[in-house]
Amino acid sequence: MRVGEQDKSSKAALSGSPFGREEGESLLEARGLTKRFGDILANDQVNLRINKGEIHALLGENGAGKSTLVKMFYGSLDPDGGEILWRGKPVRISSPGEARALGIGMVFQHFSLFEALTVVENIALALPNPGNMKLLAQRISDVSADYGLPLNPQDVVADLPVGIRQRIEIVRCLLQEPDLIIMDEPTSVLTPQEADRLFLTLQRLASEGCAVLYISHRLEEVKRICHHATILRHGKVVSECDPSVETPSSLARMMVGSEVMVVSQGALSLKRGDVRLRLKNLSSPALTPFATALANIGLEVHAGEVVAIAGVAGNGQSELFDVISGEVPVNPDMLEIDGQAAGKRDINWRRKQNAAFVPEERLGHGAVPGMKLTGNIVLTRHATRDGLISKGFLSRTRSSTLEKKVKTNYDVRMSHDDPEARSLSGGNLQKFVVGRELDRNPGILVVNQPTWGVDAGASALIRQALIDLARSGSAVLVISQDLDEIFEIADRIAVISRGQLSAPENAQTMTREKVGLLMAGGAEAKAEAL
Amino acid sequence: MRIELIKRKEHSQLMAMLSPILAVGLTLVAAAILFVLSGTDPLLGLFKFFIEPLLDVWSLQEVVVKATPLVLIACGLSVCYLSNNWNIGAEGQFVAGALCGSALPILYPEFETAATLPLMLLFGVIGGALWALIPAILKTRFNTNEILTSLMLVYVANLLLDYLVRGPWRDPDGYNFPESRMFSDAATLPGIGDGRMSIAAPITLAVVVILALVLSRTIKGFEIRVMGESPRAGAFAGFSRKGLTLFSFALAGGLAGLAGTMEVSGSLNQLLPTISPGYGFTAIIVAFLGRLNPIAILVAGFVLALSYIGGEAVQASMGVSDKIANVIQGLLLFFVLGCDTFINYRLRVVTSRSSGEKAGA
Repeated sequence: MRVGEQDKSSKAALSGSPFGREEGESLLEARGLTKRFGDILANDQVNLRINKGEIHALLGENGAGKSTLVKMFYGSLDPDGGEILWRGKPVRISSPGEARALGIGMVFQHFSLFEALTVVENIALALPNPGNMKLLAQRISDVSADYGLPLNPQDVVADLPVGIRQRIEIVRCLLQEPDLIIMDEPTSVLTPQEADRLFLTLQRLASEGCAVLYISHRLEEVKRICHHATILRHGKVVSECDPSVETPSSLARMMVGSEVMVVSQGALSLKRGDVRLRLKNLSSPALTPFATALANIGLEVHAGEVVAIAGVAGNGQSELFDVISGEVPVNPDMLEIDGQAAGKRDINWRRKQNAAFVPEERLGHGAVPGMKLTGNIVLTRHATRDGLISKGFLSRTRSSTLEKKVKTNYDVRMSHDDPEARSLSGGNLQKFVVGRELDRNPGILVVNQPTWGVDAGASALIRQALIDLARSGSAVLVISQDLDEIFEIADRIAVISRGQLSAPENAQTMTREKVGLLMAGGAEAKAEAL
Repeated sequence: MRIELIKRKEHSQLMAMLSPILAVGLTLVAAAILFVLSGTDPLLGLFKFFIEPLLDVWSLQEVVVKATPLVLIACGLSVCYLSNNWNIGAEGQFVAGALCGSALPILYPEFETAATLPLMLLFGVIGGALWALIPAILKTRFNTNEILTSLMLVYVANLLLDYLVRGPWRDPDGYNFPESRMFSDAATLPGIGDGRMSIAAPITLAVVVILALVLSRTIKGFEIRVMGESPRAGAFAGFSRKGLTLFSFALAGGLAGLAGTMEVSGSLNQLLPTISPGYGFTAIIVAFLGRLNPIAILVAGFVLALSYIGGEAVQASMGVSDKIANVIQGLLLFFVLGCDTFINYRLRVVTSRSSGEKAGA
């Protein structure tokens, strides 16, 4: 009930804010803020103004300088030039502690929680003066319930889903009664329903006068809840707008600076062929206390189609990927590749059957960080018929040829020839890691998070390549947390939740609401009913 | 003012080259200070320690004799360290190899054929490898810490040697001295020249060349480097982590065992209660000073061998304790590891906010 009222009042605030913005009371202001890393100007004369009680969106592609700017506000980076004004007075924020003392809180994209500890213990660790644990637990219950994000202080973090873990971070932030909360991609780990709940909380906060600096790639939600938006491109502010009167595509245009290529389903229409990858009653125990066990997973991926698995992070996606790639063996019959039992076969046997895999983590899993790209070519292609190895010896000319081919065909940009993998930007490394496998023209391709942290241009390129590969007769399985991506490329959609997979459904008949319910546990109910 | 370490985007080739040279330079400075503290002329001390041994044919040969086991052991250790297996027990593998290699001439002194020496070397390799496989199997089966287990096995091996030379393997004609019988000619490595040099040196050289080729040009070398830097990516490439742990320990143990057998057969000609002046431990320094690269390890082996000879020299001529050799070896490792930081990081001195801007720009 109370939440509903808050919602109404914040709607009122929303409709009032776009007008008379200059008159609004300024809370945080950046004037000519500049930050340089080596030769790169990460922030170039950035001006930004956040008013009290405003949900302010910070938009930009990866590498546009959003994180750098936010880190300067939160005291983890020193600006090289310009100034920050807090309530109209110049301040120097030299540490996150000082930022918190001023009243700036931050909820990070990657949580820093101790999984083996309880909610209240985790929060106590982050507070300067936690005081009595019982009182703190009480405060946590009260504050979290009050803001519509209920938490049980005694729960152990390891048992909690990602959405709840995020609540811990938010409540931890709220306990310090901030005037400005910075949120970095808060909805990337939430189901649509969980995100709706978060929006209510944000609107409630705004109505109480707390400002929110909201970083997101999801333009629909920015349009929905944000009062004002500042758009960064290549470290500069390129425009400001009221997102409620824009469209997602106009916002995207401002971010990218040009029209974003539209992914097409291809000239060839979907022609479903034989089953190339089959999972049958696939179960696998959790290998570590914090891993997810896979239970009775069944899925068939046919030649010619793209099947996508949606789900909130940490519900068994990476465990499923490891089983399909062969890094974790299962019973032979649980997994078939082109009709052959393959559950116990190693990853290179599967590669020789023309399967290819792209893991979620680019650095450290898909590529060796300190190794040059020519070496990273060898990483996944030494066992296949690429001529990289003869009599145990590596062919440097061959790996260099392949590296150049991937580089040109998939537009991998690098500062000099054959750099170490870790020096590439996330998007460019992803193009390399995906391109390395696509270059083989695999019959089966399994990709986990194909465009995680990749800018719009590169994402479109990768997604188009996945569709084109499927239409040429390959079976493509995409595991993704990005619903926009899934609806853009998938022919059929299944949802993974706590290690169980829902029955795949045609993308045309699937709705976001259905996916959301399945993500929140409906998949398990269905699997159990079967 | 504060000093910051900034991570480099890629590792610096220049610093990778300069770091060992810088470390040797810093060690020289520290050694000079040590000589001053012990009341001697630092320049004379440095000269006697580092230069004089190189001016004399006899001591040059001694440097080669000492460098041989160091280089051989360090080559094996480099494979362990490259693949992230922390084998600290080469000293024990050296002794275990020497014991196995010596079993033949001690237990069957009459067995004198052309096959005697090759068999001894083979037994030495197998003995060292088996000894090294103990911590490797413990690590792969039970997840024990190989640093502790391999180190503790050094003391076990040393005590076993001590027991054998005082007990069952004592020379029956040796007037109760704790020594084994002298090896027959068939069990002695052929010498080179008139000093103590033997064919151990060329054998070591061959190992260095082969290992350098394997590491830089073959898929096995690739596997070793990948697993060392990123085991997860290694698994993705289809390499077995456990398999490589066993392989690298067996290789390092085998080479240490070979070094032990060649030392006993080529230099000592019998088993004594102590057969190594800490070669297995010093080789760790050699491996790191040599950037875990076989060719550079060859150079580093000579530098460390020199420190043994130099230590004896300053004790004989200046009355400085030869323990100074150990101190200088330790300093060298310390400086090498310290300087290696700059391969992946660069230094930035921040004096104030404004100068921070300049440094950033």
